Amino acid sequence: MRMRGLIRKEFLQILRDPSSIAIAFLMPVVLLLLFGYGVSLDAEHVPVAIVVESPSPDTANFTSGFYGSRYFNPITVFDFNTAEQKLRSRLVDAIIYLRGDFTRKLRSPGGAQIQVIINGADANNGRIISGYVQAIWSKWLENIALAKGEQVNLPVNVEQRVWFNSELRSKNFLVPGLIALIMTLIGALLTALVMAREWERGTMEALMVTPVKMREILLGKILPYFILGMGGMGLTVAMAVLLFDVPIRGSLWVLFITSSLFMFAALGMGLFISSVTKNQFVAGQVAIITTFLPAFILSGFIFDIGSMPWLIQMLTHVIAARYFVSILQTLFLAGDVWSVVIPNCLALILIGAFFLGLTWKRSDKRLG
Amino acid sequence: MWNRIYALIIKEFLALLKDSRSRIVVIVPPILQLLVFGYAATYDLTNIPFAVYNEDKDLPSRELVSNFQGSPNFKEIANITRDDQIAPLINSKEALMVLHIGSRFSRNLMEGRSGSVQVIVDGRDSNTASILLTYVSSIIAQFNSSWARQHDYELPPARLEIRAWYNPNLVSRWFIVPGIIALLTLVVTTLVTALSVAREREQGTFDQLLVTPFRPIEILIGKSAPGFIIGIAEATFTILITVFWFQVPLQGNILTLYFGLFMFLLSTVGLGLMISSLAVTQQQGLLGAFMFLVPAIILSGFATPIANMPHWIQIITFLNPMRYFMVIVRGVFLEGTPFHLLINQFWPLALIGVVNLAVAGWLFRRRMY
Repeated sequence: MRMRGLIRKEFLQILRDPSSIAIAFLMPVVLLLLFGYGVSLDAEHVPVAIVVESPSPDTANFTSGFYGSRYFNPITVFDFNTAEQKLRSRLVDAIIYLRGDFTRKLRSPGGAQIQVIINGADANNGRIISGYVQAIWSKWLENIALAKGEQVNLPVNVEQRVWFNSELRSKNFLVPGLIALIMTLIGALLTALVMAREWERGTMEALMVTPVKMREILLGKILPYFILGMGGMGLTVAMAVLLFDVPIRGSLWVLFITSSLFMFAALGMGLFISSVTKNQFVAGQVAIITTFLPAFILSGFIFDIGSMPWLIQMLTHVIAARYFVSILQTLFLAGDVWSVVIPNCLALILIGAFFLGLTWKRSDKRLG
Repeated sequence: MWNRIYALIIKEFLALLKDSRSRIVVIVPPILQLLVFGYAATYDLTNIPFAVYNEDKDLPSRELVSNFQGSPNFKEIANITRDDQIAPLINSKEALMVLHIGSRFSRNLMEGRSGSVQVIVDGRDSNTASILLTYVSSIIAQFNSSWARQHDYELPPARLEIRAWYNPNLVSRWFIVPGIIALLTLVVTTLVTALSVAREREQGTFDQLLVTPFRPIEILIGKSAPGFIIGIAEATFTILITVFWFQVPLQGNILTLYFGLFMFLLSTVGLGLMISSLAVTQQQGLLGAFMFLVPAIILSGFATPIANMPHWIQIITFLNPMRYFMVIVRGVFLEGTPFHLLINQFWPLALIGVVNLAVAGWLFRRRMY
């Protein structure tokens, strides 16, 4: 009976504060749209300057590969200085330099040299552009050979097979990973704030003088936010499938169970943070720094964990989102792979039990 | 007037720093974040776990495998001999890649034909997978050119000579760490300012402030000062770490960087105060700040280039102050961009700042409960 009253109070608090509703339902939608549409490492229409010092049918043949590609937006200039100016003022990302002797050297035994200069400031983008240039170059070689009735004979050919996501669509792995991010927001950030607010406003003291037990207060917090978090999860999954065509190859019940486990871990962290800080500003900051940002950067959501230095890899082991992101990507793209799901679930249970247990132990009716 | 503002600034700092926990929260996390994220946030892959499935034991195939083994980007974790061993390794994420060489590989190569190898990649993380594939093709290209030279294959009529300016070894840390300066400055100043008015509103002290002789412009200056001062201090500290710890070359003029920083702070402090004066409670202030921060970070070009976004999102990014500062920070650090090439980044920041500060000052009196 008392529990019902407490839970009712929490629900009313959620419903009457537009900002909690916003974070539970508006935020997932905003994040999904942002990540679904806004985040992409697939560069297209890269602006390049092609320097053709002395135009000829051969140079035209080479540059046509760039004009026909959707990866490039080429402009042709006739001297290197103009191109360099454009690179320095960031109007183009790369220069393809065909020297005046290109046509002559093409037919000499040593072959011609094509200089490619890439703005490497964005290293990853630079690497992608260099890959595109190489692809156009080898296509061009193939065409030349074909025109002569020969075949290009490279010593080794690579045949690529990408499993689970053969077109390498980045949405397919970003959108499932977002579920972890959204549930972290609701579970950890929102609960940390709510609990800290009761301390800061003194309503915690008011609750303490009632017959409710501290642990009942805690349970009263866990249940509504659990439902809110799972609601956010459901919304995200629905949008992922309906709007972004992300496949779900695993089973829904595994998704539900693993999400519940993660939700408990996130709630545990949120409640623990607020019981330690008891101040909204500090709780909010701590929650963002210890839960949200790690879920973003240290979880394998965008950056590969295996490539981080050893010390930081160790650090990622205490971050619940790491395990959940791994489960999510597997469930969505590969299916119910138990060798991934079970160990990661155990880790989630451990983290959840640790934080909830710690909070449970700390929850006495005590001030200060 | 300046006396009053001075007193107000002192009061704001006391409100923020008198509590030892908020003091720690303002100072310690940015340092930790810079260190952790500076190392963690990189697109360069190292020690990619891969398995070798070599059905051909002759020299050329072993030479190719050793090129992978010798690369710092790859780490061999298993040597398999049967087809059905591939799936478990990839499924369980033990290996990200399996290098499969067929039994006729060496013979084809020795006879001057093309030998083909199969590369099986875990595409669950498509980003890692595509970076991995670029590594594979560069190892293969190296192998090809040295093999072609040694065994007189016909040389191609033209060769590419690729060079990267500003970052010759394409270290992605050089690009990401200056971005983190912008990221941390944004997060810290927005959080400090977004709660400043909301806290007083919630506690009822803002009404008291409004009945004092302070004019809104004075309150505005007083409320802005902590954001500015803390922002400059933290940015200075992170710039020092970037240069001396991470050894990212600072090519450009430090004054240009600080001018950009000042403009950026103007816009973020303005936005923070605007959010704060819209909020009635601290929770709303904080969540409001959050609703601004997340899109601002994602749409800034910090992790993925703006040029890759769809056109309508690219237009939205023009409203985002971080977008401009990102260009300034990275330009000054890596490319040594001079002041005059950055003017198109400076004025939007100033505009965003002034508009938001004006709206915030106007809201001080209009939004009372």
